[in-house]
Amino acid sequence: MAGILKTVPAGAEAPAGTGRIARLAAVRLAGSLAVLWGAVTVTFLVVRAAPGGTADVLLARSTVSPEIRAQLIAEYRLDDPLPTQYLTYLGRLARGDLGDSYALRRPVADVIGAQLPDTLVLIAATLALTVAGAILLAVAGARRRPWMRAVFGSAESLMAALPPFWLGLILLSVFSFTLHWFPAIGDSSPRGLFLPALALAAGPVAVVAQVLREGMLRALEEPFVLTARTRGISEAAVRFRHVLRHGLTPAVPLLGWITGSLIGGAVIVEIVFSRQGVGRLVLSAVQNKDLPLVTAVVLLAAVVFVVVNILVDVLNWLIDPRTREAT
Amino acid sequence: MSEPLLDVRDLTVDFPRRGVRAVRGVSFTAERGRITAIVGESGSGKSVTARSLVGLPGDGAEVRAAALDFDGIDLTGRPPWRALRGRRIGFVLQDALGSLDPLRRVGAEVAEPLREHRVVPSRQIREETVRLLTEAGIPGAETRARQYPHELSGGLRQRALIASALAARPDLLIADEPTTALDATVQRQVLRLLRERASEGVAILLITHDLGVVAEIADHVHVMRDGVFVEDGPAHQILECPRHAYTRALVGAGAPLARSRPGGHARTVLRADGLAKRFTLPGGRAVPAVDGVSLTLKAGETLGIVGESGSGKTTVGRMLAGLTRPDAGTVEIDGRRWDALGRRELREFRRRVQLIYQHPLSSFDPRYSVRALLEEPLRATGRPVTDKALTALLDQVGLPADVLARRARELSGGQAQRLAIARALAPDPDVIVCDEPVSALDASIQAQILELLAGIQDRRGVAYVFVSHDLGVIRRLSDRVAVMREGRVVEEGGIEQVFRSPAHPYTQELLAAIPRERSKK
Amino acid sequence: MRIRPGLWCSAAFVAVLVAMAAFPALFTAADPDAADLQATFAPPGGAHWLGTDENGRDLYARIVHGARPSLLIGIGAVALALLGGVAVGVASARLGRLADQVISRSLEIVLSVPWLLLVFLVVAALGPGSGPAVIGLAITSLPGFARVARAETIRLRAAPFVEAARGFGWSGAQVVLRHVLPNTLGPVLALATVSLGAMIVASSSLSFVGLGPQPPTAEWGAMLASSRQTLSVAWWPAVFPGVAITLAVLAVTALGRELHGRVEGRSA
Repeated sequence: MAGILKTVPAGAEAPAGTGRIARLAAVRLAGSLAVLWGAVTVTFLVVRAAPGGTADVLLARSTVSPEIRAQLIAEYRLDDPLPTQYLTYLGRLARGDLGDSYALRRPVADVIGAQLPDTLVLIAATLALTVAGAILLAVAGARRRPWMRAVFGSAESLMAALPPFWLGLILLSVFSFTLHWFPAIGDSSPRGLFLPALALAAGPVAVVAQVLREGMLRALEEPFVLTARTRGISEAAVRFRHVLRHGLTPAVPLLGWITGSLIGGAVIVEIVFSRQGVGRLVLSAVQNKDLPLVTAVVLLAAVVFVVVNILVDVLNWLIDPRTREAT
Repeated sequence: MSEPLLDVRDLTVDFPRRGVRAVRGVSFTAERGRITAIVGESGSGKSVTARSLVGLPGDGAEVRAAALDFDGIDLTGRPPWRALRGRRIGFVLQDALGSLDPLRRVGAEVAEPLREHRVVPSRQIREETVRLLTEAGIPGAETRARQYPHELSGGLRQRALIASALAARPDLLIADEPTTALDATVQRQVLRLLRERASEGVAILLITHDLGVVAEIADHVHVMRDGVFVEDGPAHQILECPRHAYTRALVGAGAPLARSRPGGHARTVLRADGLAKRFTLPGGRAVPAVDGVSLTLKAGETLGIVGESGSGKTTVGRMLAGLTRPDAGTVEIDGRRWDALGRRELREFRRRVQLIYQHPLSSFDPRYSVRALLEEPLRATGRPVTDKALTALLDQVGLPADVLARRARELSGGQAQRLAIARALAPDPDVIVCDEPVSALDASIQAQILELLAGIQDRRGVAYVFVSHDLGVIRRLSDRVAVMREGRVVEEGGIEQVFRSPAHPYTQELLAAIPRERSKK
Repeated sequence: MRIRPGLWCSAAFVAVLVAMAAFPALFTAADPDAADLQATFAPPGGAHWLGTDENGRDLYARIVHGARPSLLIGIGAVALALLGGVAVGVASARLGRLADQVISRSLEIVLSVPWLLLVFLVVAALGPGSGPAVIGLAITSLPGFARVARAETIRLRAAPFVEAARGFGWSGAQVVLRHVLPNTLGPVLALATVSLGAMIVASSSLSFVGLGPQPPTAEWGAMLASSRQTLSVAWWPAVFPGVAITLAVLAVTALGRELHGRVEGRSA
């Protein structure tokens, strides 16, 4: 039947806002734990299913005596049946023990902990740049003139198509080697942060700006904007009180997804700029087949993804009342 | 008569970039305490006229007029629009769901003009908002103000919108299709609300496509078509003795079509017995959509099924067409039950009951040309697929043969519905279930489609099940009518009998809500 | 039908790319791997249009020959993701609520890991090279295809035009063949084209960090990686391969968006 819209009876007032947000977060957290457990299981299977067996992978490049080999196998319990290994692995994770790095012979948690701050700073800087740049671009480009939209659209398509590692190279070449405005390589001062963050943010800025602007332009065509104008409010009030929030609803989930993927992007940019960080760590771990280290970084990324998604849900819950029915 | 509040003379609105002149020299006035109506179909220029009065005619519009005078202020110059909008001139848009910002509370929307024009001190805004909502006939206003638009029914949203437009106590209220999306009984309540405001001294300019609404409340009526007024006068005069042919077409759109109907010893083609259907909500709760409906349909007759949204009428139509399986009850065609048929037989029988939808485009495969659309049912039912067969189908519905090469989305709404009818006729059905087939069309196009359906019935003897929310439309075509409410048939009988002496109180209510019926009394 | 000039350029460029990947000899007679230590870092112009790299290899020849690995990895990954994704998506839509839940959760797991790390995981398990790269990239883009296929299957099953076709007496299989499959294909192909652009960047990123096709294969990302060491000496080895990647991505994405727009416009 045409549009049976749910009508909430006048008496049924919702419980207090903060309580509902807490419940939403709890529900999402439970779902996320399931995702995390899945991610743990999958990485475990991938690692153990690797051809040749873990022991061979582990020892492939080193020439060790059979005694050491046996010692390692015992240490990592590689001769246990798979289910036992899995349970042991889960048990260790639950206690926060990520195991030892094969290559570095140190606890994985320590190794990652040493590199994490640099990467987090880079990601935070990139996010800040993305949000600021996207809002600026979107508001500047939210005009109705077709040619203006075409100019902004083309610029954004170009930004989105640039491979971040190449953009990094070009930025280095121009601003560090030619103009000497920024320190060249391996610098972790705030000034050294700008170029890497820029290289990493260009694509996200373009994508978020497009979504934000499309949402705003679509909202500008909606009848409620006309209604608002007939009340005599200013154009600025139309944009900030009404339209901007409508642009944000699709942009916020996108930003969440981008935050998750930035951990991957950071790997590449850290290599281009020879920066310290989890990125370079994980790349060398892959090259050394240092599976505990790779697994730990993958799980770390999954945790970040899960946390960011809960934040996104809470934000959207605050912005758009229509999503609250589902909770 | 006192000095008019609004005086419009020779108003013209151009859209030079699109090469369109939407309004071509119209003149009218609006006075305090009176309701002036502009009636026209979509594209007539009535909405552009209304929006020009608040300086929002649309992108790239050029507005000119010999006089555009609002209470001594010249609106053709550069009037202080922001001080006028909301404060002196209130505006109510159609589509109450989209016209309130879905991300803001109803109270905040209603209060926006209060804040903007500082009508009351800011600590009284809350109180005033509740008072406005209550005045607009919203029960439990205190709670409603804290809810969001999607939590309110269509009727309540429309009232909130009117409350918002009236918040800063404007002298003129412009209402653009204020009742279009509403059920008949709710529509009537909203119109009464407008009438009350007029009697308190507000000048109201009512824009509508529906003469029925005009008959209900307007004092003076202008009939608009293609950017000009073709006729104007007092409401009763327009309704009772329209002079212009177009007005006559609009007014005449409600009367039964003059046809000679065969007497009643035809065979029964379709019989439904004790139909029931429940739907499961996302929460797992089951709601009965249809609850014990029994109907019969004779060859060549039309059975109207009328009801408001949610009454279960569409579900009944779909069960009759064999597209939805009933939870209980049976549907028989020529004495054989749908559910007892095997797959092959069911396919053969399905062909004998065809369905026409409210939105014909959604029932066409978007990849298909008109030719492919018509060929498909012929091929599926093993009929010869020739150009002659195709043009014969188009001919029956009054479409020229050259549409064959086109795509359905290039057709107008009326043409698309004609194509849907032609396609439904292709398998040579005994019954066509028409689900709101004219609800999305303008009145003059509605009349053409209804006449077409009647003509086809007279020639081919096909039976119709005509599902609609609009008793006026049902009456034009139907021999009998079943009135549905909350999944049940509350009254059934010959159409004239039901109209003359409705037995069930709900039917009486529905009839009372047809403005034209009341104006006759 | 309206076709914009930008679109023509994109289509033409994609055609050239495909030709380069298929018949590189048509575009250059030079050997991409021939080192000439007399002519290292020759600037663009003269005998070497785009200059030479640190081994004196002709950059133009290397870019032409680099089209094949870049495109093959991208196309392979997209094809694999499309087949797997459509199968998973249709299964999710048709096999009932439990299967739908299990599949949705599994896809969420895949999505919860950034694509590059997921590929790293695969490469760590299988070793570097084109094959693992294709598998890893396919896994990362599979959820997108599965979602589209699932949504389309559900939408089309309830679409009035599919229902109308049933009303003409077609059998279930005939309805699927005539209406459901052809209408699903549009959105899926549009997504495949857009994804191809992303895959080209992704595969060149992998080669850039040394996990794609192994040297001395000419590959755009790998060329950029080696140019990084000599950035202060010569700019051209760091510029032209990147231009090639960017143009390829722009062209493919533009085609994909156009396709997407047409599909949307048709079903709206």
